[in-house]
Amino acid sequence: MIRYALTRLVLLLVGLVVASALIFLTLRVLPGDVAQLIAGTNSTPQQIATYREQLGLDRPLPLQYLDWIGGLAHGDLGRSLLTGTPVVDELTQKAQVTLPLGIMSLVIALLVALPFGVLSAMWRGRGAGTGLSVGAQAVAAVPVVWAGMMLVVVFAVWLGWLPAQGFPRAGWQQPVLALRALILPALTIGVVEGATLMRFVRSATLQAVGEDYVRTAAAKGLTRTQALIRHGLPSVGLSVVTVLGLQVAGIVVGAVVVEQLFSLPGIGRMLVSDVFARDLPKVQGELLVLTGFVLIVGFAVDLVHRAIDPRQREAG
Amino acid sequence: MTGRQEGIRSAARRQGRLRRLWALSTGRFGLIVVAVVALTALLSLFWTPFDPAHVDIDARWLPPGWPHLLGTDAAGRDILSLIIAGARTTVFVAVSSGVIATVIGIALAALGALTARWLRETVAVLVDILIAFPVLLVAMMLAAIWGGSLWVVVWSVGIGFGVSIARVTRPELRRVLHTEFVLAGRASGLTPAQNLRRHLLPNVAPVFFVQLSWAMAIAVLAEAGLSYLGLGAAVTDPSWGLLLKDLQQYLTVHPVAVLWPGLAITLTVLGLNLLGDGLREATDPTLARRRGRARSARTHQPELTA
Repeated sequence: MIRYALTRLVLLLVGLVVASALIFLTLRVLPGDVAQLIAGTNSTPQQIATYREQLGLDRPLPLQYLDWIGGLAHGDLGRSLLTGTPVVDELTQKAQVTLPLGIMSLVIALLVALPFGVLSAMWRGRGAGTGLSVGAQAVAAVPVVWAGMMLVVVFAVWLGWLPAQGFPRAGWQQPVLALRALILPALTIGVVEGATLMRFVRSATLQAVGEDYVRTAAAKGLTRTQALIRHGLPSVGLSVVTVLGLQVAGIVVGAVVVEQLFSLPGIGRMLVSDVFARDLPKVQGELLVLTGFVLIVGFAVDLVHRAIDPRQREAG
Repeated sequence: MTGRQEGIRSAARRQGRLRRLWALSTGRFGLIVVAVVALTALLSLFWTPFDPAHVDIDARWLPPGWPHLLGTDAAGRDILSLIIAGARTTVFVAVSSGVIATVIGIALAALGALTARWLRETVAVLVDILIAFPVLLVAMMLAAIWGGSLWVVVWSVGIGFGVSIARVTRPELRRVLHTEFVLAGRASGLTPAQNLRRHLLPNVAPVFFVQLSWAMAIAVLAEAGLSYLGLGAAVTDPSWGLLLKDLQQYLTVHPVAVLWPGLAITLTVLGLNLLGDGLREATDPTLARRRGRARSARTHQPELTA
């Protein structure tokens, strides 16, 4: 286990280095001159040179990269080109929206996927099972934006239960309003992600039903359902854990779109507007944090899976 | 065996596969949807019911009816015509990113399976790392540099799926590499290139086409999502994602109009997904034997649900 954890850790570190280098190189090398970009089209060569010096752009690339990574080590991701505020500050502030949104989405996705996935497997070959499967296929094909719009039409426009857009200015100091503002966005991501996840759960359940130990349990007098619940579900749970990393990545991406749709002041919406503003240092920091987050979640998921799956433990 | 005989044989095999695909409800649905979307895109080059760019202020927000079957939008543009024209963009994005994904995927898979040990292991680790990059974030990165365009969508999906195709195809290639018929081919004096073309690629093709079909589904979603964010199609392009963005402002007043582009996207994505599922079932002998039972989940699907 420890050996596995160490190997996996090395892979994570290599992944983080590759990711940061790719982001750095793409954003630093390709776009030409950041200093020119800030200085604007009417700038003199001296102005550009001053900016270049200020930003450290006159130094060799590897040094610039090390600067950036070194800053990261004590929580400094650089400053925004436009506002001058530290990127870290803005990220932590926006994470107060995105993190709860992500967690709520994940919970909803699991609430959708687990029961319906198991049911659709158990009812396989019956009308209800087929219906559930077809439904999952269809919902998984829905673009997140559109799912959100439909939910807004039903729950905000027709029923008037929830706000269609926005987030309270006071944030979590108004917990009820804040929570209400996040329900529809989380539902949007959760349902679409849940439909994808449900298909994994379904096939994992089908696999479990076919396992010898479940069949043995059934032969010893349990009903098929009892055998599945008592002996099959743990292995279903395990396979859900393995795809959780993918789900988290899906949620991160979903949040970018959904925050735009619902005008939520989160990381995703900030990233979109920074991309439009060409605030490259900020985009660089945001991309690193998001991909780093996805990589670290993948690492954690692998470790957890290894730790709780007895079959993997024996493999050493 | 002469080349011609071999050609006839493989044509017959392909036909058998197509028939099997058509026999599956998923495959049939997928084929029909994909054909309809492709034909619509072709048709839009010559004819749409109205000019999709034609602004007619007197005809704003007409409800669905005759002659505007799906109604009109805030500028009086015919929504059906906009959707028919939008199919063009969708097909363009799906096909181009499919081509890029194919090139990158095959190249990486070949590098990762057929080269010297140190190189193929390095490539394998690299692929494992790259796969964790969400496609949409790659697209944002490219858009930050060059500004948004359909090419950003095409490249990011192409790269993202190239990597994931490589990941799935590589082990398959390694497996086939050690089968008897490949060894026999080598023993009978085929060059590596001949062996690759005659034995390896045809055997990896089924896995590859399944992945490609799913990749195109993601490309359609990516186009819609990125165009909605303003990073995809240009304002003047006909695009389903862009149409969603336009209609969103009036969502509370004219909710019905939003239905159509969303349905078009969903149906297309569903068609491509099911085509992939059907292809898998029709070409995988182990699945065909126990159809429907313990169909294992997709190996990997890059994280894009835009």
